[in-house]
Amino acid sequence: MKIAVCAKHVPEATAQRRLDPQTKRLDRSGEGTLNQFDVHAVEEALKLRDASGEGEVVIVSLGPERALEAMRKALAMGADRVVLVSDEAAAGSDLVATSRVLAAALEREGADVVLFGQQANDSDGAVLWAAVADRLQRPLISQVAELTHEDGKVRGKRQTEFGYDVIEAPLPAVIAVSDAINEPRYPSLKGIMGAKKKPQETVSLGDLGVGADEAGEAGSRTEVYALSDPPARGDTVKIEDDGSAADKILQFLQEKKAL
Amino acid sequence: MRPSDYPPPFSPSEFIAAPREPEIEVGVLIVGAGPAGLACAIRLGQLLEETPELAERLGEVPVAVLEKGKQPGSHLLSGAVVNPRSLRRLFKDRVPTHEMPFFGRVEHESVYFLTAKRAMRIPAPPTMRNSGNYAASLSQLGRWLAGQAEEVGAVILPETTGHKLLVGDGRVRGVKTGDKGRGRNGEELPNFVPGDEVQAKVTVLAEGTQGHLTGIALDRFALQGDNPQVWALGVKEVWKVAKPLGRVIHTMGWPLRPGAKYREFGGSFIYPMGEDMITIGMVVGLDYRDVELSVHDVLQELKTHPLVRKLVEGGERIAWGAKTIPEGGFLALPKRLHAPGLLIVGDGAGLVNVPALKGIHYAVESGRLAAEAAFSALQRGEAPGRRGALVGYDEALEQSFVWRDLKQVRNMRPAFGRGFWLGGAMAGAMTASRGNFPPGDASLEHDAEQELIRTDRAKRYPVPDGKLTFDKLSSVFLSGNQTRDDAPNHLRVRDRVPPEIAELWTRMCPAQVYEVGDDAGDGDVQVEVTPSNCVQCGAITAKGGRLTPPEGGSGPEYKLT
Amino acid sequence: MKTLVFLEHHEGKLQQDSLGVLGKAAALGGEVEAVLLGEGVEQLAAEAGKFGASRVYVADDVLLAAPLPQPRVDALESLVNDGGHDTVLFAASVLSADVAAGLAARLGAGLNWDLTDLVEEDGRLVGKRPALGDAVYVDVGWTSEPRLALIRSGTFEPAETGGSAEVEKIEPRLQDFSLAARMVEQAHEESEGPSIEDADVIVAGGRGLGGPENFALVEELAKALGGDAGWYPYAAQVGQTGKTVSPKLYVAVGISGAIQHKVGMQSSGLIVAINKDPNAPIFEYADFGVVGDLHEIVPKLTELVRARKAA
Repeated sequence: MKIAVCAKHVPEATAQRRLDPQTKRLDRSGEGTLNQFDVHAVEEALKLRDASGEGEVVIVSLGPERALEAMRKALAMGADRVVLVSDEAAAGSDLVATSRVLAAALEREGADVVLFGQQANDSDGAVLWAAVADRLQRPLISQVAELTHEDGKVRGKRQTEFGYDVIEAPLPAVIAVSDAINEPRYPSLKGIMGAKKKPQETVSLGDLGVGADEAGEAGSRTEVYALSDPPARGDTVKIEDDGSAADKILQFLQEKKAL
Repeated sequence: MRPSDYPPPFSPSEFIAAPREPEIEVGVLIVGAGPAGLACAIRLGQLLEETPELAERLGEVPVAVLEKGKQPGSHLLSGAVVNPRSLRRLFKDRVPTHEMPFFGRVEHESVYFLTAKRAMRIPAPPTMRNSGNYAASLSQLGRWLAGQAEEVGAVILPETTGHKLLVGDGRVRGVKTGDKGRGRNGEELPNFVPGDEVQAKVTVLAEGTQGHLTGIALDRFALQGDNPQVWALGVKEVWKVAKPLGRVIHTMGWPLRPGAKYREFGGSFIYPMGEDMITIGMVVGLDYRDVELSVHDVLQELKTHPLVRKLVEGGERIAWGAKTIPEGGFLALPKRLHAPGLLIVGDGAGLVNVPALKGIHYAVESGRLAAEAAFSALQRGEAPGRRGALVGYDEALEQSFVWRDLKQVRNMRPAFGRGFWLGGAMAGAMTASRGNFPPGDASLEHDAEQELIRTDRAKRYPVPDGKLTFDKLSSVFLSGNQTRDDAPNHLRVRDRVPPEIAELWTRMCPAQVYEVGDDAGDGDVQVEVTPSNCVQCGAITAKGGRLTPPEGGSGPEYKLT
Repeated sequence: MKTLVFLEHHEGKLQQDSLGVLGKAAALGGEVEAVLLGEGVEQLAAEAGKFGASRVYVADDVLLAAPLPQPRVDALESLVNDGGHDTVLFAASVLSADVAAGLAARLGAGLNWDLTDLVEEDGRLVGKRPALGDAVYVDVGWTSEPRLALIRSGTFEPAETGGSAEVEKIEPRLQDFSLAARMVEQAHEESEGPSIEDADVIVAGGRGLGGPENFALVEELAKALGGDAGWYPYAAQVGQTGKTVSPKLYVAVGISGAIQHKVGMQSSGLIVAINKDPNAPIFEYADFGVVGDLHEIVPKLTELVRARKAA
């Protein structure tokens, strides 16, 4: 069984993130790490592979050269291979461009299952998999908190605002997992030591047959205009209880339509 | 009342284990990817490149480096103004100085004595002259050194702690790494994974200040010298600023108090980091006495001084961190820095020149010398566990400039136990006489044995305004602390102590790990501990508790410190 | 401007968020149309007219009965191609996010998400969205048409404009791969509520409560407000591995510490704090702070909330 996991290299620790005032995009110049949400997808992929007794877990990522280091965590956990699409022309890709590039890389791999994590915690978007599934013309199950596999089909328990659905899809399929699905394993020392020796391939857009005009800013259909401060929070109120505090709180909540 | 009256529940024997089945075997195991450990790894790599047969004999992994942080650099923090001589010696002509990750040569420097409102320029004491040195972020330097080490074949294993020392037949055989995936009460969580036994022919402890296994080893092999080690706590920030600083600044005096009864030895440093960043730090000896002293808050106070405020106002605080510095110097060095199968390097050994505020180049040099000693023992085919096989390290260190420098300034720090003015005068005499006058050796007392006093110190701390001054929680947040909320408690302290002790710890800790809890009867209070805030600075170990390594990968994520 | 709004429905009712977005589209001007896909939904179509649509496309088909995204992408694709809409708006939901992204790929059209406002500026459509956990706001736009947008839930309130809409039935052709996923069981209620990280209302108790035995106070208030209760005895936890909570309403009872790092400060989020210490740092972050005895205030507040909700 071949399982591909789409993983992203994201800037580190939340406290130190900043938007570059020049490009108005996230400053990605610093060190990065494997997107925490994708770690759950890697773990799920490893479980699928191990349960089926054979197979391969390949990590597919679009990012700068140094993304390879971040992807090594997945290899240390037990993934078999990394394919990194690294091309200057792909920098600044939005959803349309990114999905095009990833779809091309995934076609090349021909996996039975393509897994995504819940979101990339840098752009907060939770939508990439649907775009990729459409390009690959494969069935999609998203927000999956539990996944089972049997006889060429997968069943996902998908969490929605109304509770959960159970959805079944035949393979090959695209699955996006939520972070409730598993507790990712810690990489073992042997795993960390062996990670570097596993195959890590870097490909360009040309290798995938994707034109430079189809990726990066040229291939994108959205743009960022400006940064601004968040709207003011409004005045803070502080009162001492004279017996009527509960009423005043209720009033406040009503005014703010919080009830 | 003294903190040492309330020792923590801790016994070194807990952290010694007999070797059994190794999960992993390596040639030389280095614990700690800091400047000392990485210099050792780099030198070994260089030597092994020239002797491939030995490299082969050492197996698949001739050199491995364990690092408890998420990556090399995550737990590294210093000023720093680095003397490049050791790095030049390490790299010889392979890497020119301009390729090293420095911010720039120090061209100008000033030293000030501060009062609450004024800043009086004083001539830089000879020990503090920095020309020819380079401003750097130790965290960045560590990350770069790690890359260099990997290039010559070292295998770096991040997120891995050295938890227990493996000792068999009287010699060190390697290290047992820490468990992962335990809950708050030590229970095994679903993804629990036990630590691994890593065996090696030579183990090099390069753990830095308050090195955990270093302390275990000093005890096990009776290496402790006549004097205990003493520490200072350094808390620093990095600021993005509009105007470049252009010079290195050191201050003494305010906000610290000069009277002998306070024992507040220390000062601040303000270093440029390129054109658009500066770093400000406050360093205070942990032999201080006042229950209400908080180095974190003294740093906030320092920023309100007109001299300092001018430098940061309008800028943005972009990094924060804290770490202890061993200050005993020559007098606190262990009897020997080697034991069968074992070498101790860097800050863990206490190789810091306190008056000059320098330790990085000593760390690098000691790492290099350790590598050579290990290499020559291995090459001779000697079992490095044999008694005396590694004595070459101590011998080389004693012949080096490291020893010479530390010996010369050995009595300066202790002199300041007499207060700032008398200490300063004595330091002057020592400098002029190159350490010969006054003759003999001073002696050191445990930080935790200082009698506590109370003043109204806390009243003077500024109320955080979120722009110039900040609260501890905001600071911890900025350190990128990555500790699980449900992680087990890695800090050993008595859980019930007199309120003064609890308050001492509460103020001392820059990360607000301790809080004074509820009444516990008999005049004692509960000590509330929030281990997930801990940035592993080590201050608690100096003042009545003990820091043990938490789960690998947890702790701060330093980048610019 | 010709806008198409994706309307969602659940158990026979149109979703408030979609209607809010519809109203916003009407306010922006131009032609505003809506689309309603499902089974047995025709009667809901007329509603849409009251909330701003001039025309509603309806596809009533058993193949669209389950709330699955991919057949909806097929339907929207042909609708947009035929109708020439330059803008397609969605109120964010689990379903609509997948539909919008699938449609973006299908049409090669730009999609901006998590928008908290949509305005016309300098002759172009500009979306406004928070970034970096609400620390900064970003203006975003599109370089081509159609322009797709996902609007953050709760951003726009529906407003009845009293108009009426033409209802047009459509019969979209659905692709094979779109129909490959099938719904086995639908919309089961969870035995536990959503994780506290996703809750809209959180009532949190700290050390000021005294002890866990007083936690019932917090739980009762949480229940009355329709939210979740949390116990934070260690007000000082700021590790970054825990997820931050971003509720719309956060009531901190007996918590003194600064919690700004654990609670995402959404622009729409409110923080109410009750503590007996007037100098507690939490008051710096509370929109409404009360210095008083929580043992008296919380039960009273619970009663008042219950009464208000019953009315």
